[in-house]
Amino acid sequence: MNHDRYDDAYLRDILRSIKTIAMVGASTNWNRPSYFVFKYLQGKGYRMIPVNPGAAGEALLGETVYAALADIPVPIDMVDIFRRPEAAGAITDAAIAIAAKVVWMQIGVRDDAAAARAEAAGLKVVMNRCPKIEWGRLHGELGWGGINSGIISSRRRKE
Amino acid sequence: MSTEQPHGFGFETRAVHAGASPDPITGARSTPIFQTTSYVFDDVDHAASLFNLQTFGYIYSRLTNPTVAVLEERLASLEGGRGATCAASGHAAQILAFFPFMEPGDAFLASRKLYGGSITQFSHSFKKFGWHVIFVESDEPENFRAAMTPKVKAIFCESLANPGGVITDLEAVAAIAQAHHVPLIVDNTMASPYLCRPFEWGAALIVHSTTKFLSGHGTSMGGAVIDSGRFDWAQSPKFAGLTEPSPAYHGLRFHETFGDMAFTVYGHAVGLRDLGPTMAPMNAFLTLTGIETLGLRMERHCANAQAVAEWLERHPDVAWVSYAGLKSSPYHALAKKYLRGGAGAVFTFGVKGGYEVGVKVVESVELLSHLANIGDTRSLIIHPASTTHRQLTDTQRTAAGAGPDVIRLSIGIETVDDIIADLDQALRGATRRNA
Repeated sequence: MNHDRYDDAYLRDILRSIKTIAMVGASTNWNRPSYFVFKYLQGKGYRMIPVNPGAAGEALLGETVYAALADIPVPIDMVDIFRRPEAAGAITDAAIAIAAKVVWMQIGVRDDAAAARAEAAGLKVVMNRCPKIEWGRLHGELGWGGINSGIISSRRRKE
Repeated sequence: MSTEQPHGFGFETRAVHAGASPDPITGARSTPIFQTTSYVFDDVDHAASLFNLQTFGYIYSRLTNPTVAVLEERLASLEGGRGATCAASGHAAQILAFFPFMEPGDAFLASRKLYGGSITQFSHSFKKFGWHVIFVESDEPENFRAAMTPKVKAIFCESLANPGGVITDLEAVAAIAQAHHVPLIVDNTMASPYLCRPFEWGAALIVHSTTKFLSGHGTSMGGAVIDSGRFDWAQSPKFAGLTEPSPAYHGLRFHETFGDMAFTVYGHAVGLRDLGPTMAPMNAFLTLTGIETLGLRMERHCANAQAVAEWLERHPDVAWVSYAGLKSSPYHALAKKYLRGGAGAVFTFGVKGGYEVGVKVVESVELLSHLANIGDTRSLIIHPASTTHRQLTDTQRTAAGAGPDVIRLSIGIETVDDIIADLDQALRGATRRNA
């Protein structure tokens, strides 16, 4: 599929269908961007599982940090890749191996070959986006700070 | 990340709808006026998340307010930008535009053909911050390249310049700004996004006095700075305010954390927080209502202005008319390129007889209003040399197009024959008494 732009319906469907998100590259430092996203999505009701070999065994916002996706003892719906683009390929393969349904790469992260492998294995892929920003945009929160959500609707927002 | 524009929605649709969906609690269709200073926190952790900028939400109306936020999103949509920060006035918006990256000792280039108030703000008050303006004769865009110094952090110009008839070659100036890795800031007040979209020509930031055509009815002060989201603040160490750790947010780096929203988040979380020039919710509401009819008003404003300019050009008491919609204007070709749907409603003309006759004309009108504003539904008239541009030197006045014989008009949406009849009686009266 085309990864230069995503329909709102595609992103909304992903964010509605998943419950558990493993964030690879989650930082335990409270003023790192990954911590912001982790905390925000946790607040929206997702079960967030942190993956970071440098902090394995520590606790992050009530969740144990794992060294690798394969170490997580619960099923994972989505893998959020908060790492440099060079690391995305191997993490995508690990996400396929643990039978995740979605691979999501953060802003600045894009690997079309990895995306093709994931899609061939039946996973949905989002690249160069932030799930926090997209959740906020699709639920009307992004506009609270003067950001252009691109959404026009005469319907009352639900959820 | 590119901003997703609504699925082909046109300008007029976005002017009515962008940013404003029905209130989720009450279903109110018009945007409610949230006349509140502050917002409750769910708990201490929620409050901490908000103060740390880790979640979206309202804390205190000096930073963000739901009514103002609707206006911000609407302006960002109409200009094709990523986000917007509203301010108490256009002048406040100009400070917010420069504040994220200017430090004492820094400089910026500005067109010499600007609203007189901007020339004064840049020349004198900005100097108190240690921000230095270098004015450039903008009719030749290469002058901006020649004026570049290592201290220059931005270029500022007006798309359609106040007081009259001057149009900046935005594409050429933007190319020079991009070659020097500095943002081009365009004041798009006079054109409004209905006539001109500076981001399409390479501008990085747009500022507005929303007091003018956007609000449209002469009721509400306001300003806005809109970020295209397309300027890479991280490409140069010049923009450390946005890329380096922010001490007031425990080392948070705005650009790293918020990506293409960094400028707009900074505008609220630092600019409005620390400088405090917040737009009032009531003014945001009135401006939103005004914007709903922006397209309709601009059509009539431009049609009336074109007719008045053509009539003045034939008038025996008029020495010259500076309106880019006239074939005689040196800016006519630029108007065709940059303005869609008309050459705007504000322009100048010169009376035969100079300063004295100019003063008498503005004192003789009965339908037009003699006042210091533009972009009202009412037709407005002023003699810049004795009012808006009074603080400038003679040389600055002439350079800004506000010499002693100059009268500025902001043509309203009344019946055009009535506007012409009033100008005709004023001109006849002024020249007869003068003779």
